[in-house]
Amino acid sequence: MTELFWLAPFVPGLSALLLFLFGGRLSRRWIAAQACLSLLASFALSLLATIGLLGAGRGSAPIVKELFSWIVSGSFSARAAFTFDPLAAIMGLVVTGVGFLIHIYSAGYMAKDRSPARFFGLLNLFTFFMLILVLASNVVLMFVGWEGVGLCSYLLIAFWFEKPSAAAAGKKAFLVNRIGDTAFLVGIFLVLAVTGSAEFRDLATNVMGGRFPAGVATLAAVLFFIGATGKSAQVPLYVWLPDAMEGPTPVSALIHAATMVTAGVYMVCRMNALFAFSGTASLGVALTGAVTAVFAATMALTENDIKKVLAYSTISQIGYMFIGCGVGAYSAGMFHLVTHAFFKSLLFLAAGSVIHALSGEQDLRKMGGLRRHLPRTFPSFFIGAAAIAGVPFLSGFFSKDAILSRAFAQGQYVVWALGLATAILTAFYIFRLVFLAFYGGDRMAGEAKAHIHESPSIMIVPLAVLAFFAVAAGYVGLPGVLGEKVDLFGRFLAPVFVNVPENGPAPGTEWILMFFSMAAALMGITAAYVFYVKNTRIPHVLISRFPALYAIVSRKYYVDEAYDAVFVRPLVRGGEVIFDHFDKRVVDGALNGTAAAAGAAGRVLNLLQTGLIKDYALAFLIGAVLFLGFLLM
Amino acid sequence: MALLLFFILASLSAGGVVGMIVSRDRAYSVLFLVLAFAALGGVFGLLDAPFVAAIQVLIYAGAIMILFVFVIMMVNRRNDRGSEKKKSVGVFAAILAMTLFAELLLAVRGILPGMGNGGPVGGAETAGLGSLLFEKYLYPLEITSILIIAALTGAISMAGKKGPK
Amino acid sequence: MIPAAFFLALSIVLFALGVAAFFIKRDLITMFMAVEVMLSAANLAFLTFAKSTASLDGQVIVFFVITVAAAESAVGLAIILLVFKRKKSIQSDDLNVMKG
Repeated sequence: MTELFWLAPFVPGLSALLLFLFGGRLSRRWIAAQACLSLLASFALSLLATIGLLGAGRGSAPIVKELFSWIVSGSFSARAAFTFDPLAAIMGLVVTGVGFLIHIYSAGYMAKDRSPARFFGLLNLFTFFMLILVLASNVVLMFVGWEGVGLCSYLLIAFWFEKPSAAAAGKKAFLVNRIGDTAFLVGIFLVLAVTGSAEFRDLATNVMGGRFPAGVATLAAVLFFIGATGKSAQVPLYVWLPDAMEGPTPVSALIHAATMVTAGVYMVCRMNALFAFSGTASLGVALTGAVTAVFAATMALTENDIKKVLAYSTISQIGYMFIGCGVGAYSAGMFHLVTHAFFKSLLFLAAGSVIHALSGEQDLRKMGGLRRHLPRTFPSFFIGAAAIAGVPFLSGFFSKDAILSRAFAQGQYVVWALGLATAILTAFYIFRLVFLAFYGGDRMAGEAKAHIHESPSIMIVPLAVLAFFAVAAGYVGLPGVLGEKVDLFGRFLAPVFVNVPENGPAPGTEWILMFFSMAAALMGITAAYVFYVKNTRIPHVLISRFPALYAIVSRKYYVDEAYDAVFVRPLVRGGEVIFDHFDKRVVDGALNGTAAAAGAAGRVLNLLQTGLIKDYALAFLIGAVLFLGFLLM
Repeated sequence: MALLLFFILASLSAGGVVGMIVSRDRAYSVLFLVLAFAALGGVFGLLDAPFVAAIQVLIYAGAIMILFVFVIMMVNRRNDRGSEKKKSVGVFAAILAMTLFAELLLAVRGILPGMGNGGPVGGAETAGLGSLLFEKYLYPLEITSILIIAALTGAISMAGKKGPK
Repeated sequence: MIPAAFFLALSIVLFALGVAAFFIKRDLITMFMAVEVMLSAANLAFLTFAKSTASLDGQVIVFFVITVAAAESAVGLAIILLVFKRKKSIQSDDLNVMKG
């Protein structure tokens, strides 16, 4: 059964096609059932393939399935082929497993939406492309999946396209991603130019074999990473993700928390040979991740929209994953990717449950005391929050600690410090969210309060499942101090990162670092408790004391405005200028000029048509004379 | 003797056409043309084609010109505006006509040497013509007769139409 | 024996005169007469060649030309009459309905 893994993308793909073609005629229940079942089928295939991989033992070759020979052009060829190795297995399980739970949740959340076929069709299509991205055995095919998920993201962000803000957000996402994609594409060209092969395993052998001059390798890695900053919302291309919250909450959970945004991390892990080879690039990755993590965390502190807090949190947590990759701890980065998928999608879905309960309210200032009103949503949300804050024994604690301790062990103290600061901020802002929404007095508007209702079971059950994993997932990757064999996760992935040395810290150091992580979490949670439960006047006092600082942070450091002024306005203006001068004058001029010339020629010829017999006869005569003359020559 | 006859007839013929061109009055033009055609008939006769000569005089100079006379009589108006506008066309056309003339002369000069002075066919010419017509050229003959009928019908139906009041 | 060249020269002269007449004259009827002149000139040429090749086929052609010219002039004159009825004029310069 392992060999059937390659069917995994095509089941949702086929389902998507059917939903797009015939969705209008299908009943709501059928649509939801079909979509969910196709995801379940994908998950089952991935699971079976993973079991097969586990059974085959460590160090066995990855399973490869070639579908067809796709591009054959001169010396360059790219096959349409899938590879199933431990890395793909992990990612595939996350995409299909979490995706399945979110599909079920959506059946409840989108129960009253006008276009269920389009929604589920797009979700299935997204899964199709994401799995292509994951399973691709060469970077060109991966790029197909990369672009495909970008397209689905755009379509899903702008799902309620009648809302101008949603349409604009979709456009922004697509355009910003495009910038990253261009860098990615140039990276692909560079790799092809140097090695002539797009296959990942060839990349590894080529890099190790020294076919890449150091500068070129760095350039290629940097280009690929820029592509990753676009897709994974890191500095400087993160600006689209907060706006992407315009999309339905299940979309935010699936695409903008668990899977698509982590595609950048996956890509870097796939190309670990290249990144490990270039120390400069890896350092860049780690620093970008660290800076992004802190930067985004500060913006989450002042955000009042429940989904936007989670959006900035996602940006920040992905920064952690890149820290992991940057310091060579690729399996730690992937570990955090997995735990993050669980607790972040849990948080988003629970937030969705809150929004649904409050008839669409998303502003934290208009929530409060919800733990009394929503007793089934609250525990899930709390568990998710605790996980992300790094509360010990939950999954987030283990994955975050894995990254930070490796960073410290590699001597990246700056990165470690930034990571720790982020941990404090993370705990703070997430519990700020919890306390503002669920504790304290009721601040809801009357209307919303009157209709407050807990979510149906179809939405609660996925929450419970995700909560379970948010707690339990950590135990597959226990820290090295507790024993060599305990890090099951790392050992599973080891064959993929075979060329990358991973030095863990010394046991003593590791305990100290763990203590620091615990302390950070505790500090953050306590501070949030003080600010938002004990003495709720403190935030207001601080805001009034430091108005300028608050303004800068709450306006997101004016980054969007800066981008607008530096890039967007000039381009739009330039486009207008070109339109006026080139499009209107040259292009239209040529077109109209041609028409005018034809008309003028016609008018000239018209002079010959006098209607007089004599003139026509004259023409005859001229013709005859000329002809005779010609014959006589 | 034949040469002298030829020159007389040729001058009459050309002169008739010139007269046709020069006359202001349409009636005079027609008469000049009748003269020209009649002289031409004579020239035809000099070419050992008595039947065709007879036909030329009978039909061309006779029937066709009479038609012209009738129409002229019907259409004659005093207000002949003559030539006022566009003299230029006339000049240009005259030049072209002379060019044509020259070209034709050149063309003819080229083929002259190859022309024999084939024998006259003699008095049995008409009979020979007849047998040619009804054997080799039967189709054209019959079709031409249909043509004449068609023309006849057409002319009658058209001329009978009432014009606008 | 009259050389063929003379006849041909006469034919050419008549033809050129016909062409000139066509362009010089203003009214339809006279223009039409010029056309007849041209036809006759062609007939003359045909007969000359018939004699020089000693075949009667040239004369047959002339026969047909004359016949068709008769039919054509009948129809043509009928048309001129109709034009006159409509336009009250047979000056060719007045007939410019097809202008443009």
